[in-house]
Amino acid sequence: MVRYVFVGLFVCLAGYFAYFVSFGSSEVIKNPLNNRVKNMANIVVRGEIRDRNGVTIAHTETGEDGKEVRVYDFGSVFAHPVGYMSKGLTGIESLANLDLLSSHVGFIERLVNEVMERKNLGDNVYTTMDAGLQEFCYQALNGQKGAIVVNDPKTGEILAMVSTPGFDPNNLDAEWDSLTSEDNQDGNLLNRVTQGQYPPGSTFKILTALEYMREYPDTYQDFSYECDGVMEYGDLVLACHEGHAHGTVDFKGALAQSCNGAFATMGLSLDKEKWAQMCEDFGFNQELPVDLLYKQSSFVINNESTDWDVMQSAIGQGETMESPLHNLMITSTVANNGTMMVPYIIDHTENADGEVVSKNTPMEYRKPMTVEEAEILKEDMISVVAEGSGYRAASQYAQVAGKTGSAQYNSTGGMHAWFTGFAPAEDPEIAVTVIVEGGGSGGEVAAPIAGSIFDYYFGR
Amino acid sequence: MVNIISDVCKYIIIILVVWYTVGAFTALQKRDREELKWIYYRQNALIFLLHGTGYLVIVLNEKSLEMVIFYVAQVIFFSVYLLLYRSIYKKSSMILLNHMMFFLALGFIMLGRLSYEKVTRQFVFACIAAIVTLVVPQMFAKLKAARLWAMIMGIIGLLALAAVLVVGQVEYGAKLSIQLPGGFSLQPSEFVKISFVLLIAVLFRERTDLKRVIFATGVAGIHVIVLVLSKDLGAALIYSMAYLFMLYVASKKPLYLAGGFGLGACAAVAAYFLFSHVQTRVEAWLNPWPIFSGKGNQIGNSLFGIATGGWMGQGLYQGYPKLTPVVESDFIFSAISEEMGAIVALCVILICLSCLIMFITVSIDLYIPFYKLTGLGLAVVYGTQVFLIIGGDIKMIPSTGVTLPFVSYGGSSVLATFILFGIIQELYIKRHNEEDRIERKKRKQEAASLARERAQAAKKAGGEATAK
Ligand SMILES: [Zn+2]
Repeated sequence: MVRYVFVGLFVCLAGYFAYFVSFGSSEVIKNPLNNRVKNMANIVVRGEIRDRNGVTIAHTETGEDGKEVRVYDFGSVFAHPVGYMSKGLTGIESLANLDLLSSHVGFIERLVNEVMERKNLGDNVYTTMDAGLQEFCYQALNGQKGAIVVNDPKTGEILAMVSTPGFDPNNLDAEWDSLTSEDNQDGNLLNRVTQGQYPPGSTFKILTALEYMREYPDTYQDFSYECDGVMEYGDLVLACHEGHAHGTVDFKGALAQSCNGAFATMGLSLDKEKWAQMCEDFGFNQELPVDLLYKQSSFVINNESTDWDVMQSAIGQGETMESPLHNLMITSTVANNGTMMVPYIIDHTENADGEVVSKNTPMEYRKPMTVEEAEILKEDMISVVAEGSGYRAASQYAQVAGKTGSAQYNSTGGMHAWFTGFAPAEDPEIAVTVIVEGGGSGGEVAAPIAGSIFDYYFGR
Repeated sequence: MVNIISDVCKYIIIILVVWYTVGAFTALQKRDREELKWIYYRQNALIFLLHGTGYLVIVLNEKSLEMVIFYVAQVIFFSVYLLLYRSIYKKSSMILLNHMMFFLALGFIMLGRLSYEKVTRQFVFACIAAIVTLVVPQMFAKLKAARLWAMIMGIIGLLALAAVLVVGQVEYGAKLSIQLPGGFSLQPSEFVKISFVLLIAVLFRERTDLKRVIFATGVAGIHVIVLVLSKDLGAALIYSMAYLFMLYVASKKPLYLAGGFGLGACAAVAAYFLFSHVQTRVEAWLNPWPIFSGKGNQIGNSLFGIATGGWMGQGLYQGYPKLTPVVESDFIFSAISEEMGAIVALCVILICLSCLIMFITVSIDLYIPFYKLTGLGLAVVYGTQVFLIIGGDIKMIPSTGVTLPFVSYGGSSVLATFILFGIIQELYIKRHNEEDRIERKKRKQEAASLARERAQAAKKAGGEATAK
């Protein structure tokens, strides 16, 4: 008896320890308070960060006096995803800190370095990002406040991630005070893709439509709404985009035309708890499987919600808030037959001689919708671009499916312009989410940017 | 060059320790002395190789002649002690003897890497303890004398604990030690653990009626309360566990055990609300990061060390174990894990477990209740202590500030552990004598019955012969 108690205790002890070393330790290592990793820089030259094709994004130069300088080859283009390391650690510099400071060079080389009293070369980290695409996206925003994120919906690999206005990590020390001063309202250091919180506006209608389909599986196709530009429900008044009258719209037409009245009507007929539950399945009010610093999205509908709350939430307004990355994850779920992938930004790590040290593989996160549901939504999203509000996102090289959004963010009519979509529709290779802060109409401002990205990607 | 050798040595150390651990568990299943002897010699060789490899790295990094001399002194110590012990106690457990040496050697390596001053002090402590404890088993050879000893020690122990409470000095929020002249400090609770177990064993050796249980519980209660008042909660926990299990084994009533644990849980909750330093330890356990610059620093750094070391470790002198406050005593386990690797650290847990299993096996087989209870009590003390320290270092449980037997820095701890192992060795010898006696008895009986049969057969034959 005594024996079993203690053998049990020790097995727990050994098990806990082994678990911590195998799985718990990576998070502890990344903790910014960990000064041990910092000390590793004394014996290793920090490795390079490279794009998926091997193009150098960040490298360390050693001066003649032995002083090391981190150089970011693309300046501010990769500012947020790659991050910096002089004022704390962010982005990939933080995520891969230990890898960059670990050296797996061969025995002979280490021997030579040892004799020559040289530092060993750290491992090089390959991101999933594509430098060409990233530069194109950066330029496509053209200095406007906003964000673009592109991924491969089948794997979750992030191909591009731009947030503007940004900063030049090469001059960070000099600009730090002005970037962090209270007068600076631009949020240059904020990675809008993951930390930005925006009302999703009409891009959210994909989820409202899905819930409506689920609750009315036999009759949703018979849905019909007469739009005169303004919906009146009791005392409540809800206008369509720019008061545009859409006429008679069916289920598919409601999404294609992005008719607010139609979706508010659908929303009023939904079961509040089921609707909220579905949104949580898609990651609202939940932690997301994202390694970079991010903010949780929120969706607030419960049994206490008023009709006005419901009408607002149905069109992605009200208290609904979302980051561009989360929006992309939902879009990619439609593109990937209903399976949500874990987004990731580090592909693999190589030693200085080019041998792979560790590799990340795509991981499924959830299956929040069925293949059939994804198929129906995909058809609807195709018609948004083919004949609806998103026609400017169309590409000459591939069929695009998507959704526009013009999300109101203040009472004076200011709107964020959204577009989220993927291509080629039948076999998606990339998914793109674009937001231009205060840009106005999604169809007019964000959709053309997405269209140019599709053209660039499939046309090059 | 030094780094390369250090790196190669890192892997050699891992191989040696894993090999040793496998040996420790094979030995558990063997009872044949001839086979055990072979394992013993192999384990012996592994310890010397491990110690030598470790000190090669230390000497290369420290580049001091003193370290070389110190290494030689340790080798002499190990050799002389092993030879002396083996010749005085021929029937002692060779495997257990090895484990003592293994832990000492591992501790000397880690401490040698951390601080020359501390490792030399630890070495002196170990030498003194080794000499002192060469006679411990003898004190237990005679049952009556042993019981008398136990009583006297038990009472002295309790007084010593009380003395700490009155004149002790405060360390990390707890009163643990008495300052002695000459810069030495004594931590009585380390020794009283043992005398406490002896005292309880005397009390329960023949009777476990209600009256006796109440009396013994009173005695145990006083010990625990004194410890709690000195804020030495790790020790209070160890004593309570030892008492509960001894009570259970002596009385064979599970109700006592269940009741005791219930009471213990209540006491733990009460301690949490009564003592601020318990609260800070629990707080640091739940989430050390927000208070990293203060009370979470120790455990936080311990985790950084273990995590950065990974399975293979950073290699001796390649990590930063000194960032962890009091790493030499309370957090030696995380230092080992950081620099020698989690594989070695895991092996340490397993070797501790194999020691514990040996303790329990030895005592359960004993026939005389006093010995049996002593053995079990000490096993529980050892097991609980190892669990508390390692569990605390890896943030599985709140840290309680106890030492890892033989490995952690601390004179009181080393001496007490030597005594503890010494007593277990004597119990091991006792068990063998008992076995021998039973064996002899059996053989005698067999011989007698054989003789009887023969006589009968002869009688029969004789009768038949006369009948003819
Ligand atoms: Zn409309």
